[in-house]
Amino acid sequence: MSPSEPDIYAEHVLDHYEDPYNRGPLDTATHTDEGKNPLCGDVVHIDLKMDDDGKIIEAWFDGDGCVISQASASMLMEKIDGKTMEEIQAFTADEMLELFGHPLTPNRQKCCLLSWRILQGALKSPVAAGDDDVESNGARRKFGGPTLGEET
Amino acid sequence: MTALTASDEATLQPLLDSRDDFPVLGRTTASGAPLVFLDNAASTQRPVAVIEAMGDCYRNYYANVHRGIHTLSEESTAAYEQSRTVAANFIGAAVDHEVIFTAGATASINTVARTWGDTNIGPGDVILLTIAEHHANIVPWQQLAQRVGCKIEFLPIDDDFLISDEVVQAALQKHQPKLFAFTAASNVLGTENPVKRWTKIAHDHDAIVLIDAAQAVPHRAVNVQDWDADFVVFSGHKVCGPTGIGVLYGKQTLLDAMPPFLGGGAMIDEVKTSGFTTAALPDKFEAGTPPIAEAIGLAAAMQYVSELGLDNIANHEHRMCERADAALRSMDGVKVIGPTPDKKGGIVSFQVDRIHAHDVSQGLDHDGIAVRAGHHCTMPLHEYLGVTATSRASFYFYNTMDEVDQFIESLAKVQKKFAPTGRRRKRS
Repeated sequence: MSPSEPDIYAEHVLDHYEDPYNRGPLDTATHTDEGKNPLCGDVVHIDLKMDDDGKIIEAWFDGDGCVISQASASMLMEKIDGKTMEEIQAFTADEMLELFGHPLTPNRQKCCLLSWRILQGALKSPVAAGDDDVESNGARRKFGGPTLGEET
Repeated sequence: MTALTASDEATLQPLLDSRDDFPVLGRTTASGAPLVFLDNAASTQRPVAVIEAMGDCYRNYYANVHRGIHTLSEESTAAYEQSRTVAANFIGAAVDHEVIFTAGATASINTVARTWGDTNIGPGDVILLTIAEHHANIVPWQQLAQRVGCKIEFLPIDDDFLISDEVVQAALQKHQPKLFAFTAASNVLGTENPVKRWTKIAHDHDAIVLIDAAQAVPHRAVNVQDWDADFVVFSGHKVCGPTGIGVLYGKQTLLDAMPPFLGGGAMIDEVKTSGFTTAALPDKFEAGTPPIAEAIGLAAAMQYVSELGLDNIANHEHRMCERADAALRSMDGVKVIGPTPDKKGGIVSFQVDRIHAHDVSQGLDHDGIAVRAGHHCTMPLHEYLGVTATSRASFYFYNTMDEVDQFIESLAKVQKKFAPTGRRRKRS
């Protein structure tokens, strides 16, 4: 990549895109939510496993979309590991844009904030029996894209 | 692609020269690269002739039209009505007052839905559309369905992104729709539908026909009488004209029988406390102060485009489309969403494996190339095709073969840039 390329595709953004943190389904999720940006079709699904004290034990995402939406979701999952519900609720949209680390135009900010929005929704969406985590045919929704997730 | 003949070269030159008439085409983009504007299906650019016509109106003779008995109002009224004549001639309308100025194609379709639709469509009636329609030719009919309880049926496209006459015929036979509303040219697939043939088939089944000509009127010679369509709609900004103005063409018998839409000044003959009587066409559908300078700008745009020659424009766009289509189809990991070039106008939509349309668009923008990414206001079509977003390059007469090549070269760079390279995220 030449130095004049837009910063939004900086090395560490592409690294997160190709080698994401905790990407994939989490069968033991206690909280889950999914949503999209209707304008561009970016989708992010978030599975959280929280303990009784409301602390994140595991945070996983899956999805389909542009580099910005998927890389920022990976950064967010890495960021919230071990955090409490209160800490996550206090994590603002501006802080999310800061976490991404590169200035984004208003249209691309929506891509970056998708996972942040879904995370806030997931905190309020405990998994119940027969919940929407499973589609009507009983199969978990499948997403394409890189599925690397295991930490080494 | 066949080589250019001497006569092709001769007709091409004025189109190439036209670039000098568009100040914006000389600028650079955020990255400093010269602009290559390939987002013409969304909106086109303005030549100086249009900008000056509107400026001339505002500088020298602007006043409200129709009711003023003073010099400026007389001059504005004459220019406004002359613009209607230009528009009527541009699309081959039989009489000027079959051309209604609206805010655009969307407003035109909504006008038909709210007036002709509310009057003529009832519970259980069917409106036939194609799956490739723009939201502007879907949602007003869904709103009508909510009001009156009619049904909407969609014609599917086949594996070649086309709809055969037989499928049209069978659907008209089966559903007996009151209205068949379809696009003359798809804003995503680029497909140019056989408007005249389908209109004939629809009329044989007693259906009224509405043509969304937003992607047709700017790009090829259109004659509404030859089409025999009942309603034809398009927007000014897609034919180098201003935003905020478009046309609703309707056959006089239909327009006369329709109730007015918006109520207010200009659309009345007489108002009393007990009620009102409606003005004659075209005023009946032009309540309030109309888009005066916009109409004058639109007429200037139509005159500009006419002088270049719509046949020349269609040929040039077709050649660019052929070149882009062939190059895209030859690239590994690139899929063209749309029929072969012989079936389409100057629009090529595509998908790149593993790269989201937004990233494709952002990458191209870095080289100055403007394409559109997303669902292009055709969510049902994208759902039908099973894709979330596509990228679209759309050409107009001021684009060049060199720009097509730059677009393809840049796309190859984008592909390379986002290709997996075994990157590893930094472990904390």
